[in-house]
Amino acid sequence: MSKETLEIRFHGRGGQGAVTAANLLAAAALKAGNRGVQAFPHFGAERRGAPVKAFARISDSEVNLRSQIYDPNIIVVLDAGLMDIIDITEGAKKETVIIINTPAKPQDFEFSKTYRVATVDATGIAIKYNLLLSGIPIINTPILGALPHFTERVGMEHIIGAIKERFRGEAGEANANAANDTYKATEVNS
Amino acid sequence: METIINTANGIAAKAVQMARPKVVAAYPITPQTVVVEAIAKHVETGELDAEFICVESEHSAMAATIAASATGVRTFTATSSHGLLLMHEMVHWAALARLPVVMVNVNRTVGPGWNIWADNNDSMSQRDTGWMQVHCASNQEVFDSIIQAYKLAEDGRVQLPIMVNYDGFILSHTSMPVDIPSQAEIDAFLPERVPCWSIDPKNPVSHGNLVPPEYYMEHRASMQNAHMAAKELFPKLANEWKEKFGIYHGGLIEDYKLDGAEYVIVTLGTLGAEAKVSVDELRKAGHKVGLARIRMFRPFPAEEILRIAKGRKSLVVIDRNISPGYEGVTFTETKSVLYGNSNVPVYGYIAGLGGRDVTYKHIIDIAMEAVNGKASPDVTKWWGLKENEVIS
Repeated sequence: MSKETLEIRFHGRGGQGAVTAANLLAAAALKAGNRGVQAFPHFGAERRGAPVKAFARISDSEVNLRSQIYDPNIIVVLDAGLMDIIDITEGAKKETVIIINTPAKPQDFEFSKTYRVATVDATGIAIKYNLLLSGIPIINTPILGALPHFTERVGMEHIIGAIKERFRGEAGEANANAANDTYKATEVNS
Repeated sequence: METIINTANGIAAKAVQMARPKVVAAYPITPQTVVVEAIAKHVETGELDAEFICVESEHSAMAATIAASATGVRTFTATSSHGLLLMHEMVHWAALARLPVVMVNVNRTVGPGWNIWADNNDSMSQRDTGWMQVHCASNQEVFDSIIQAYKLAEDGRVQLPIMVNYDGFILSHTSMPVDIPSQAEIDAFLPERVPCWSIDPKNPVSHGNLVPPEYYMEHRASMQNAHMAAKELFPKLANEWKEKFGIYHGGLIEDYKLDGAEYVIVTLGTLGAEAKVSVDELRKAGHKVGLARIRMFRPFPAEEILRIAKGRKSLVVIDRNISPGYEGVTFTETKSVLYGNSNVPVYGYIAGLGGRDVTYKHIIDIAMEAVNGKASPDVTKWWGLKENEVIS
């Protein structure tokens, strides 16, 4: 299959909002004029704190694929701690981009020699904007700000638009500002 | 036309809201889906002016829907898997009472082994209840089919209940964009139900009474005629929808790249969306393979199956279900149509039971067995089976 369809995989823990991140990305991609968008959870039984996956597809035309994603173009890791227990690089190819929420630098990760790695401290940004739910930083909206660096299919204005549609008023502003900060703070290995 | 993005469950609830039923009865606990939760919200916010009856089981959900429908109003319920099975007696009842109930069934596996993922064995087990069955492959088709289902079911020539099916998780939990006509456009396509008869306390009649052997067969034959009428009407509704809104998913069957096809994949549900990608790839590689996605499973599109079989080298049927002790249900149905009418061989494959992921690559491999002359017409083949884990 030709890779005209951009495929993204999110890794998070149950409760961190990986599914919401995938849904917001799909909504943003639709705003950007992509007719074919999809967002779906890993088809499993989710438990709070357990490793979970969510997926998104973005294409110019209607997406007919209904199977899960096995070789993503972009991998987003909401919780760097997951990398100790699962292989987040599964299915990655040389050109795959791996975006990690961490205060560390791309070159701190051994696999940055193989893949393009981007890092951003989305947790720190969430705390800065007081994006907390039951005391836990919300990172699924801020982390979306890293994506426009790696695809022309979605721009920051579409990400912001989707976030503000989902969260109205002050919450929308705070989430949007956090995503903008993420966009600016994202670092990539060369 | 407004484009919204939501899961098939959210889209189904939106379609029901716009169809304006007067009564929705549902059992809100597992294996129920978000469909009824979203409808309850529409009722609570006043977006849908309906009575929401929260019942104590699926059997009661269908009983309440039947009673409400008999008063002449538009009704709805949704279910899935074991919920549908618990309804079974009342599912028969709705059909034999000739009530145009619309029900969403999210296709999920039957346990044990306990499994919440997609397969069609739940709805296939209701095949002989007299309900019409539509199977969807996209969220847009879920929306369009629910609106069309009401119009079909309530038509004076039909007067039968209809089950709108879509695969659990694969559509139910997947967000996709859907074009939604305005309420005025939906109202124009689907006016208020005009019942052929109704229960009215001011004019009491007896309904559902004893029908002795002298009359029962005629009752069944009338129902059969209604199914035949529905088979003619459904493609017309699909065309009317296409003319009004520019959206078309096919008639009883969706044809995909059948022109010049020597081999045709036959399947239903989301396998029929994934298979389009397989056909695209096979065509690129020079293999003349097309796809026939069955949209309406009951009434069964026999004439359409004959049409798509004509002049082919073989048909390859993929079932996400099994009739234990025999074979995949669509495989059986397809062969029965061809018997005496066609010598085109039909090959049967069972794939994706219990939600096992079926990718476009798997479907390519299945089709290539036919193309390479390696498929066998005698036995149903299980695709992707871990042979060493099967007890013999």
